[in-house]
Amino acid sequence: MNTVVAAVLQVAVLIAALALAVPFLGRYLAHIYTTEKHLRVEKVVYRVLRVDPDADQRWRSYALAVLGFSLVGILFLYLLARVQQWLPLSLGFDPFPSDGAWNTAVSFVTNTNWQWYSGEAAAGNLLQMAGLTVQNFVSAAVGMSVAAAFARGLARGRGNGRVGNFWADLVRTTLRVLLPISFVGALVLVGFGAIQNLRADLAMTTLDGGQQILTSGAIASQEVIKELGTNGGGPYNVNSAHPFENPTPFTNLLEIFLLLVIPFAMAWAFGLIVKDRRQGGAVLATMATLWLGAVGLLTWAEIAGPGTAPQLAGGAMEGKEARFGEAASALFASSTTGTSTGAVNAMHDSLTAPGGGIAMFNMMLGEVAPGGVGSGLYGMLMLAIVTVFLCGLMVGRTPEYLGKKIGQREIVLVALYILATPILVLVGAAVAVSFPAGPAGMLNSGAHGFSEALYAVTSAANNNGSAFGGLTAGTPFWNTLLGVLMLFGRFLPIVFVLGLAGRFATTQHLPAGAGTLPTHRPLFVVLLTGVALVVVGLTYVPALALGPIVESLS
Amino acid sequence: MTQFNVLSPTPDTDAAQEHHHERHPVPAASGVLSLAQIREALPGAFRKLDPRLLVATPVMLVVEAGAVVTTVLSILDPSVMGWLVTAWLWLTVIFGNLAESVAEGRGKAQAASLRALQTETSARRLRPDGSEEAVASTSLRAGDTVVVTAGERIPGDGDIIEGVASVDESAVTGESAPVIRESGGDRSAVTGGTTVLSDRIVVRITSDPGHSFVDRMIALVEGSERQRTPNEMALNVLLSTLTVIFVVVCGTLYFLADHSGAHQSWLVLIALLVCLIPTTIGALLSAIGIAGMDRLVRRNVLAMSGRAVEAAGDVDVLLLDKTGTITYGNRQATEIIPVTGVTLTAVENAAVQASLADLTPEGRSILHLVGRSAAGPSGATMVEFSATTRMSGLDAPDLMIRKGAASAVAAWVEENGGTVPPETYVIAGDISAEGGTPLVVAEQRDRERARVLGVVHLKDVVKDGIRERFDEMRAMGIRTVMITGDNAVTAAAIAKEAGVDDFLAEATPEDKLALIRKEQRGGRMVAMCGDGTNDAPALAQADVGVAMNTGTTAAKEAGNMVDLDSDPTKLIDVVEIGKQLLITRGALTTFSVANDIAKYFAILPAMFVVAFPQLEVLNIMRLSTPESAIVSAVVFNALIIVALIPLALRGVRYRPASAVELLRRNILLYGVGGLIAPFVGIKLLDLVISLIPGL
Repeated sequence: MNTVVAAVLQVAVLIAALALAVPFLGRYLAHIYTTEKHLRVEKVVYRVLRVDPDADQRWRSYALAVLGFSLVGILFLYLLARVQQWLPLSLGFDPFPSDGAWNTAVSFVTNTNWQWYSGEAAAGNLLQMAGLTVQNFVSAAVGMSVAAAFARGLARGRGNGRVGNFWADLVRTTLRVLLPISFVGALVLVGFGAIQNLRADLAMTTLDGGQQILTSGAIASQEVIKELGTNGGGPYNVNSAHPFENPTPFTNLLEIFLLLVIPFAMAWAFGLIVKDRRQGGAVLATMATLWLGAVGLLTWAEIAGPGTAPQLAGGAMEGKEARFGEAASALFASSTTGTSTGAVNAMHDSLTAPGGGIAMFNMMLGEVAPGGVGSGLYGMLMLAIVTVFLCGLMVGRTPEYLGKKIGQREIVLVALYILATPILVLVGAAVAVSFPAGPAGMLNSGAHGFSEALYAVTSAANNNGSAFGGLTAGTPFWNTLLGVLMLFGRFLPIVFVLGLAGRFATTQHLPAGAGTLPTHRPLFVVLLTGVALVVVGLTYVPALALGPIVESLS
Repeated sequence: MTQFNVLSPTPDTDAAQEHHHERHPVPAASGVLSLAQIREALPGAFRKLDPRLLVATPVMLVVEAGAVVTTVLSILDPSVMGWLVTAWLWLTVIFGNLAESVAEGRGKAQAASLRALQTETSARRLRPDGSEEAVASTSLRAGDTVVVTAGERIPGDGDIIEGVASVDESAVTGESAPVIRESGGDRSAVTGGTTVLSDRIVVRITSDPGHSFVDRMIALVEGSERQRTPNEMALNVLLSTLTVIFVVVCGTLYFLADHSGAHQSWLVLIALLVCLIPTTIGALLSAIGIAGMDRLVRRNVLAMSGRAVEAAGDVDVLLLDKTGTITYGNRQATEIIPVTGVTLTAVENAAVQASLADLTPEGRSILHLVGRSAAGPSGATMVEFSATTRMSGLDAPDLMIRKGAASAVAAWVEENGGTVPPETYVIAGDISAEGGTPLVVAEQRDRERARVLGVVHLKDVVKDGIRERFDEMRAMGIRTVMITGDNAVTAAAIAKEAGVDDFLAEATPEDKLALIRKEQRGGRMVAMCGDGTNDAPALAQADVGVAMNTGTTAAKEAGNMVDLDSDPTKLIDVVEIGKQLLITRGALTTFSVANDIAKYFAILPAMFVVAFPQLEVLNIMRLSTPESAIVSAVVFNALIIVALIPLALRGVRYRPASAVELLRRNILLYGVGGLIAPFVGIKLLDLVISLIPGL
């Protein structure tokens, strides 16, 4: 079959599957974030945690719960990684160095899942299962909870500033959404050949007499939440390019489906929570436009892209799995960078120059196309507020979004949100190239080496977690720097989002009229897309010019 | 229910009618930037270079800081490009300041003429015992009472507590016709500096020196009391955010470029920074605000705060008094209907004869409607209208005519031996149902039986063009509510004819206040106008309260705007000016940000082309040299401020339309326009600048 036809077909299948699943999952998500009923098993959890799930929290208390919970997660993970040699199921691996443990602890708690280590050569089963996989669940649940709190803040009329209960959101998301889907998903993956065991590694003799170690582990269970929770931290170094993680083209498509389904469904759920489905539709349409644009461009770059080597070879197959080919790799790459997943089924270092640039730009968008579970929704809503502010003035009214006036206090919080990540990325990049320890880790010199560093800081600050490769990031310098970027890149925006949620939950809901800027029409989708591209473009073009743009034009 | 001053309806009515022909809130000529204006504003522009003053506009402060750095760099390492960039960075700041100074300067002339009113005069203050003493007008305090007689200037703001006078208020309002001011009621307020033309009044002073109405006007038109409005502050936050982002972009670029072997001088990076930060809107932001206030002043409306002007743009509900705003304020005859067996001419003749001596507007309107005169019978005496008879007419030896309320005339007919045909009541009832007033005409000839001739339809006539304005309001998403003291039937009929969305009949001031509160609870913003003391609570409660200058001091204190022309229709203009102010800000912000794209295409290749020759592809404008490209971008960035000063002062063109329509239009004009304009501008500048030797 023609490559292009195959590429279009698999995208069509994916879109059809998403179109079927998103409304159902969205309605379910909206339900669990607004219902007052608790499941019996949840009540047990609340009793154990000694929390009152019915206490409607103000934003400060909600934010403190998020931060406290995450801090405990970081400490626990750090400890687990530092003492794994004494723990059962450690497969005899050494403890992580302190900088590495810090990096990994922050990485998994912030839903980034940047991995400086090779999973199969550094992390034992207990660390993988009790540490990393647990965080794969709860870090995703934290992001979704924050997004739900924001949606509720917008939905509430002049209230007392309460945005919901973090513990209830966290527990419900984990127990009612992530666990059931993961359970089914893992079984399907196993059915198609992913492995799931606790055996010791298997040494075997190959046909030509060589010795090979077949690794083992609870792979399928980690794999499914790795995608579903837009985490991306896999048990193997080569991530979803490994046949034990991602055995067939079908599982490849399934994994892409899993990493896209919740971010899109959150947008749908948002519309239901604010009681105007069209608003959710507009957010979803913007996400889909950006995602589809990236898929198209990246696929084009990989199939027909420039570069001497790919053109000679008839395709940019370097660093890609022959099982998947260019199109499936491009689809995966654009989806994993558009969501904050960071799982890879091909080496992004080997993408064509424009392809690598698109992957980077996708992350620079702030993970909104469609973004991480939760973070995609709140990131897009922040951009929507900026759009409303600019365009609202042009219709001659004080800007408002969903009936909430965007005044000075609101715009300050949005401004801080918008500022946080670009500053982290650009300052991070400047620091990385200005100290000798930074460039020391780069495999390549020149523009490509710079792209490796820029990709790393972008990935960390935006909590994506995918690596360009080529960068030896397991050094104290890179571990520390990227850890700091991940930490602030996650929690600064969350605090601003919750602050804004609290603010909205206290302000009056204004009725819409012919004079109000409608935020559900195609025109708004176009504007929102434009604002996202322009704001991000203006911020990152100089840096991109020195990396991917220079490379592309070589 | 307050009635507007209909004593001298001519000026108000004319102003309102005239207004419909001129649809735009802003006269086009007011935006032109003359050389004289610039000359006058220049000293102010330089004074504003003081960083302590620039702090208020962070964008321009960054430009100034950049200019200081490039000055130092150019002194240390002189180059043609260095000095060119430095000069144009300073010019950028000065142009920004110039915009503000010009805007302020436009108020200064007006302030000067107002100051002339404040020349010290001597006042005749009343002692408690009733005797007079001469004191300086500046020493008067609130609570003092003074006597003012014909030919004297009123020494301070106050309320008349005794007497009636005609007052020349032209110095304040620009209106040459004298107005009547009298104690008690809603026309008791007088303004300091105006002149009494006739009679003698006693005035209780209501303001202390320095706090009078004129003082406030001066401060407002000069912009000295200007406070940033909520929306302006929010926009400033967004602009500062963009500035911070670009400071980080350019600051880190130094290190990133260094690493890539494409070392950049700080001079070039500062040039890039200034081109990227939103200097256009940053420079014009305060000028837009001042000009918005100025536009109101030019329409003879004084806003007590910029906040009120902004709020006007957000108004969802307009409360409009029926009389004077929606209707001309006096009932007019529109139709004469004969009863069966009587010719139209006969009724008309009788109606005209009965109205010959009737000087009320209703009486005049009957003559006007019939369009011909009829000689009155000889020896006739007029019967004046009185509240008890509720009829007027004439008595002649062989003819008596009466016109008046149906029940009164019917009683008169029966009294004089006649019978009232039942259709009289039917016709009268129909007229009432349509919101009109029926006036039954009857006669008694030669002492025979009296008989009913017909019915005159008196109607509250809706102003021409008002319906179209309400349609515009509706398109803008604003609901109009008519307030009237009429009964519900009359009110409904007029509301329907005028095209208002809703009405409040038999309204008391309390009803009005309750309505405003109800709308505000629903999150809507309400604008209204009023003049009476009993309007004061509602004026204070409304988000935009326009007090009529003819009104009482209490009303003026309660509202946040005063209309010197006392034209209630102007509320609609106020809303449009508020919207125009916000749109101008939004349009210039969009323009400013859209400009950046072209500037990147100019500067980025120029910066990196030496290290990476392949980036020449991005030089789509084919600018001649890297140096010329950078200087051209900086010069464009500065000149565009000057080019847009007239737009900032005049405000963008505004036509009432729905949000979607407005957005589409403005995005095309200022978004897409802002994208394209700098490509053309920078290319043209480059053609000239590349000729400079040494560049």
